[in-house]
Amino acid sequence: MLEKLEEEVIEEVLKAYPAKAAKKRSKHLGVDSPEKIKGACDSVKSNKQSVPGVMSQRGCAYAGSKGVVWGPVKDMIHISHGPIGCGQYSRGGRRNYYKGVTGIDSFVSMNFSSDFTEKDIVFGGDKKLKTLLREVDELFPLNNGITIQSECPIGLIGDDIQAVAKAYKKESSKPAIAVSCEGFRGVSQSLGHHLANDTFRDEIMDDVSARAGFEPTPYDVTIMGDYNIGGDAWSTRLLLEEIGLRVVSQWTGDASYKEMAIAPKSKLNLLHCYRSMNYLARHMEQEFGIPWMEYNFFGPTKTTQSLRKIAEFFGEEIQAKAEEVIAKYTKMTDEVIAKYKPKLEGKKVMLYIGGLRPRHVIGAYEDLGMEIIGTGYEFGHGDDYKRTKEDLKRATLIYDDANEYELEQFVKKLRPDLVAAGVKEKYVFQKMGLPFRQMHSWDYSGPYHGYDAFAIFARDMDLAINSPVWSHTKAPWEKNQELGA
Amino acid sequence: MSELRQIAFYGKGGIGKSTTSQNTLAAMCHYYGKKILIVGCDPKADSTRLILHEKAQNTIMQLASEAGSVEDLELEDVCKPGAAEFNPDENDITDGYIMCTESGGPEPGVGCAGRGVITAINFLEEEGAYDDDLDFVSYDVLGDVVCGGFAMPIREGKAQEIYIVMSGEMMAMYAANNISKGILKYANTGGVRLAGLICNARMTDREYDLAKQLAKAIGTQLIHFVPRSNHVQRAELRRMTVVEFSPKSDQALEYKELARKIIANDLKVIPKPLEMDDLEALLMEFGLEDGADEAIVGQKEEDIAS
Repeated sequence: MLEKLEEEVIEEVLKAYPAKAAKKRSKHLGVDSPEKIKGACDSVKSNKQSVPGVMSQRGCAYAGSKGVVWGPVKDMIHISHGPIGCGQYSRGGRRNYYKGVTGIDSFVSMNFSSDFTEKDIVFGGDKKLKTLLREVDELFPLNNGITIQSECPIGLIGDDIQAVAKAYKKESSKPAIAVSCEGFRGVSQSLGHHLANDTFRDEIMDDVSARAGFEPTPYDVTIMGDYNIGGDAWSTRLLLEEIGLRVVSQWTGDASYKEMAIAPKSKLNLLHCYRSMNYLARHMEQEFGIPWMEYNFFGPTKTTQSLRKIAEFFGEEIQAKAEEVIAKYTKMTDEVIAKYKPKLEGKKVMLYIGGLRPRHVIGAYEDLGMEIIGTGYEFGHGDDYKRTKEDLKRATLIYDDANEYELEQFVKKLRPDLVAAGVKEKYVFQKMGLPFRQMHSWDYSGPYHGYDAFAIFARDMDLAINSPVWSHTKAPWEKNQELGA
Repeated sequence: MSELRQIAFYGKGGIGKSTTSQNTLAAMCHYYGKKILIVGCDPKADSTRLILHEKAQNTIMQLASEAGSVEDLELEDVCKPGAAEFNPDENDITDGYIMCTESGGPEPGVGCAGRGVITAINFLEEEGAYDDDLDFVSYDVLGDVVCGGFAMPIREGKAQEIYIVMSGEMMAMYAANNISKGILKYANTGGVRLAGLICNARMTDREYDLAKQLAKAIGTQLIHFVPRSNHVQRAELRRMTVVEFSPKSDQALEYKELARKIIANDLKVIPKPLEMDDLEALLMEFGLEDGADEAIVGQKEEDIAS
């Protein structure tokens, strides 16, 4: 029944497109279920150029590098190199928490921009950049390095920011790293993640002096692909420490340059956001022989599974501790479930998020008895969709690089009880009278990683769905219709 | 007074574009009393050197950079009257005059010169540089139409007549054909038309035939064949145009004739640029050698002898 409805809505949506666009979009849409062989998770096309003319919800390479991956590194200064808009409008939007004194030794929520004007475009901006680097060091002497994040014009006019960075590194004896993450490169923010990873590899992995005094233990791990949104990496870290591990490095939520340079000394790389950091995990495996493991800290079921998997790697002692920790928190999460499940059970959810959460948060919803009927990635690749298959419980609508029109039609037809996506979608659905939660920024809430955070997650979903405001959103003429019906 | 005509000179780099355009415009002023504004669109800023008797020191972009932005400039800062007889206040020889401005731009290898051209032209328009007294505005544009910036002078409302300076050399003809493509692109959205080829002779064999044939093939005219003359270099050394340096010389009269033809020109067409193959065939047919065809491609000189 649900599967039929989902197939119908795809057909309906495609009808609105011109033939060529319909053909293209049809390859990004599909239905999959646990029983299906070669379903949508295996067959949808992804990581392709968006169809011109549709309102894609994607970001750009600059967003991927500056906004997502490099931005949270707290003790380095990240310069948005180009006109002012990219830096200013991406400032603080990700809610990457950090410990430190802003403007003294930490800079995450500040905006550094070279503020390009017409004359910088015409005459080139390398000289200005050089001056800017010096000024930044003079004004903020406790920074531990500078990165230069290219906006579009830099690539168009061919400024040699790599050469400027190299010369400045020599002059200042501090890291100066240029990332050519111009927004027009690639098809989405995904390329920006990759480019940022490449600069980690080339500029940080080789810095042996930064990890010279490091004293290793057998239980050293690195958290990768956690950007500490609303404190996610902190709750992850506490949990890992509780089972007896030592987190030596966080990539890149609340990260410092030095701890990132230590990463090649860790025993295991724990990878949360696979999409944005698998490149570096693979590189460290090849180069330093460090194994990596994906894990999922959304919801008690997945968290418990992941903790057991991680503990298994370190042997009996850690396993025993992990079981203690699991037992301790399960009691608490059982209470959370007992409280919220009766209010949320059977509620249908549609997800549309970036590159990890479209599959990773499914378990958390299911712990509360909720059902996922549709999910999709803004910028996932084929391997992300393949990994999604394991998390499906029923017929699920799969949509890659969905646009505003498609999402609206899907929601109208499938009638979910909750839409969980980003800020660009939020008000569209709230104005349709539908409960909505932001799954990029946690809607100013969080953290959502780990056991403690599950209580927050459950409360937030309950607040969204069972809020009395929804009973007041019906238009008067619709109310009358209902009375008459 | 007649309506303002906006013209532009394009052509391959090093072909003698700036020299030809300045000599021609000088003739239009000297012999026919035309009032002209030259807009140099080349970061080298050498499109007005012979008229000013010096290289333009203050380009629009240079001054804008010093002042902070282009909005901070005044028209008088960037528009300079020509020297001697080309000065508006100097009416002994001619009532005409030439005003000079240069867009300027970055040193080679950095920044975006194309954007500089766009900024400069927008500035001139907004500041009312194209006043009612003028008969002609002439753009002298760097090399090929390499990017949108260098196509700025042929967009809607800008230059309506394009003169392509070329010679009988292959690369100059390739460039001429390429520029025609640029004109074609904008011909339908704006009103730009190809007004003719000017052959700045290199005195290669059969150059005139070749130039004439190319003009015919792309649907335009060879408006004038300017012979090679040492007078041009002698005048240039003195930072002067030929008509000013030696107004009675044969070469000055050549420019006078070209000037007359441009002023009277009513053949303005949408060009039909050639496909690469057709252009190659044309070069074969009118090239240096008789009876050349596809068979000689890749053939070495030593092989020809045997």
